[in-house]
Amino acid sequence: MANEKERVIAVLSLSGGNDGVNTVIPYSDPQYYDSRPTIGVGEDQVLRLNDDVGFHPSMVELKQMYDEGKVAVIQGAGYPHPSLSHFRSMDIWHTCEPDKIAAEGWLGRAIKEMDPNGENVLEGVNIGRGLPRAMVMPGVPVASVGNLATYGVLTGISGEEERSEALEVFSHMYSPAIGSGSVMDYLRETGTGALQGADLLKVAPEIYSSTVEYGNFPIAQGMRDVAQVHLADLGTRVLYNTSPYNAFDTHSNEATLHSGLWSQVSPTVADFFQDLREHNRGEEVLLFMFSEFGRRAKDNGGGTDHGTGGVCFVIGDHVKGGLYGEYPSLKPEDLEDGNLRYKVDFRSVYTEMLEGWLGLDAKPIVGGTYEKLGFLN
Amino acid sequence: MADSDIALMAHLMRRAGFGATRDELEALVAKGYEATVEELLHPEDQPDVEFDLMERYLPEYGNLGAIDFSQQAWMYRMINTERQLQEKLALFWSGVHCTGFAKVDHGRMMSVYIDLFRQHGMGNIRDLLVELSKHPTMVQYLDNVDNHKVAVNENFGRELLELFSMGVGMDGQVNYTEDDVKACSRAFTGWNLEPCMAVFPYGRSVWRFRYDPTDHDNSEKTFLGQTGRWNGEDIVDIVAQQPATARYISRHLYNFFVADEPQVPAWQDTPPRDMEAIRILETAFTESDGDIRAVLRALFNSEFFKNARFQKMKSPADVVAGTMRLVKDHTEVKLGLWPIVMECKYMGQDLLNPPTVEGWHTGSEWIDSGTLVERINFVADQVGNTDLPGVKLIIDRMSVGTSVMSPEEFVDGCLDLIGPHEIGQESRNSLIQHASRGGEIQRSTEEERSRFARRVGEMLQLIVATPEYQYG
Repeated sequence: MANEKERVIAVLSLSGGNDGVNTVIPYSDPQYYDSRPTIGVGEDQVLRLNDDVGFHPSMVELKQMYDEGKVAVIQGAGYPHPSLSHFRSMDIWHTCEPDKIAAEGWLGRAIKEMDPNGENVLEGVNIGRGLPRAMVMPGVPVASVGNLATYGVLTGISGEEERSEALEVFSHMYSPAIGSGSVMDYLRETGTGALQGADLLKVAPEIYSSTVEYGNFPIAQGMRDVAQVHLADLGTRVLYNTSPYNAFDTHSNEATLHSGLWSQVSPTVADFFQDLREHNRGEEVLLFMFSEFGRRAKDNGGGTDHGTGGVCFVIGDHVKGGLYGEYPSLKPEDLEDGNLRYKVDFRSVYTEMLEGWLGLDAKPIVGGTYEKLGFLN
Repeated sequence: MADSDIALMAHLMRRAGFGATRDELEALVAKGYEATVEELLHPEDQPDVEFDLMERYLPEYGNLGAIDFSQQAWMYRMINTERQLQEKLALFWSGVHCTGFAKVDHGRMMSVYIDLFRQHGMGNIRDLLVELSKHPTMVQYLDNVDNHKVAVNENFGRELLELFSMGVGMDGQVNYTEDDVKACSRAFTGWNLEPCMAVFPYGRSVWRFRYDPTDHDNSEKTFLGQTGRWNGEDIVDIVAQQPATARYISRHLYNFFVADEPQVPAWQDTPPRDMEAIRILETAFTESDGDIRAVLRALFNSEFFKNARFQKMKSPADVVAGTMRLVKDHTEVKLGLWPIVMECKYMGQDLLNPPTVEGWHTGSEWIDSGTLVERINFVADQVGNTDLPGVKLIIDRMSVGTSVMSPEEFVDGCLDLIGPHEIGQESRNSLIQHASRGGEIQRSTEEERSRFARRVGEMLQLIVATPEYQYG
């Protein structure tokens, strides 16, 4: 297993509320077909994991990885008193705070633990625009990179000397000042971090070469950037990527949309690990895929409304593949307001990744003690 | 004309619009502050932009499906409209009453949706809520098209309450229950779209709203404690009268026009930054029966607004449109507007396509290392281009007088003409130090003047790179 310091967690957020029931499908349960008359996936199409459940037919690559024992499927993932609001529920997953609004993210806290003095401005790198709250933590510099290839500060100033003078002034103006107020402090930290990070990140696409051809869609391009940053050896321990916002919000036309989404995610995950393996770096990365909630047990005639009890995935060479948690019952009498009852608190998944993979004390990060499921070798 | 008047007017125009050049500010100050507020509140008295020019010059016009034309047309308006507040309000509402292209997948309907705010954004909240509930873009975006008598889809019903009017809670209390969400959703059953021709092979057509009484659940509903056979309009009537709605809309207006508040999900438990200001806005809202124009009049004429200079992080649209207005580029329809629109997206605000129905998170959440770099680089590229008319105007004004200029005068002059913009002593010192390193600042000979122009451009680039310039 990779040395603790070299272990990296990569997150792919499936924004919008992935329909867990049509992702890991309880094909042997007649109730499934009663609940999903419009968007139920036929028993013969399901990619069977065992006699009870199977993957959606567009998850071919993930099924293969599952068969190789690299995919832990956590069924019935959720938390008490679920919120059905995208933002609120996503924030709960980000902050581990179901009962109050919190600004600090779990990955931000983890970064703070791994690099308490903020020595590496690239300890955490988000690929995409806008930092997910999971990575927000006051005093923790995190780079957020839209386009790896063109990243830099004041790139438009012509003349090398002029630009380096300008960057010197910039670095002065963004150096910490005493008593300037929290937002100004935040701005200065961000500017300073951006300047340092830009210099370092510049090399990632330059030194990258690979035979893997990622798909030409945002999820795949984002995961390629994640791979590039990891392969550039910048000491980054937390990498984050988000699907196009709310893509998984399949209130209608779900049969087509959901299938299309997984036929992007599934090969992308396979390509990502293939890319890392090609560089002999496959063992260093644990990939976590989640969504803010699952969806209603019954379909609404074309799609599914916001629900609870979703599914999440932990993928990597050091994962003990298999099914974890318990499949929530679809029987009407077992539902709560038409929603699945969650079986596994997502914070127990975080706990195991934080302690078993990153070697951190999870309790202060997730705000409590949660039982590990045992999905890590 | 006192400098303070110019600074106050610049503040008003940055907030109620996308900024103004020094010439424009001087003309407005001559007119007076309150008169300018009234002018802003009456867009119908100003000429509209010539929309047909865009139709003629932007080749994407013919493509109803793509978002390109709609985004460019909107950016063009922000840069050129004389009805500044109307456009600023359209931007405001587009981030509160969200629809997004990612889901709607119909570029022209996104544009048509923004027209709703030009028409009703300054009117009564009830009209606005009814009209947006009927708007085909909204009906599609939040799936009310799938909200049927026999199969209720709660997406719209929930967001109407949570995000468009009342908010989940205030003062530590919840504003409504899950049962209210269900009743609200049932009241909007049958609010859907006229059937239209299939996209393949006919291409996109303009959507139209249709109320289908046979698909409407006409049974009795209890909503916020009131029972009746409520339809959508009744729900809006009840919602518009809730103190929660007065609070929620006031707080949004404060956050957008005055000073940064915490993000919406925190509003239930976090009191407003300035409760007294919110009370003034709530009172204006309630006394006018939900007239947004009345609330805005109270807002812009208030002391809390006038004292809130540089208390807000500029949004990307502020940055992009404000910069174009400053440098006076794209004041006519020409190629190259698309990359300008994309800059806004790179800074974290993809116009007509907010990340979620919650809209964009604002304030310091506009800033991360990626977006900070984007905004600084973009604005620096513009103000450093001494060929642009607006930059030339600044240089011309700076060039008045022939004597040697001290580094302090030089920096302060640039700060004045780019705003006036206030910055902290440390940043000012850094800029002065930089200015003195370049040798004596002279502008007598031709050669000195051309070097002077270049130095002004460079100083403007450094000013826009200051932390303080990120505020507006």
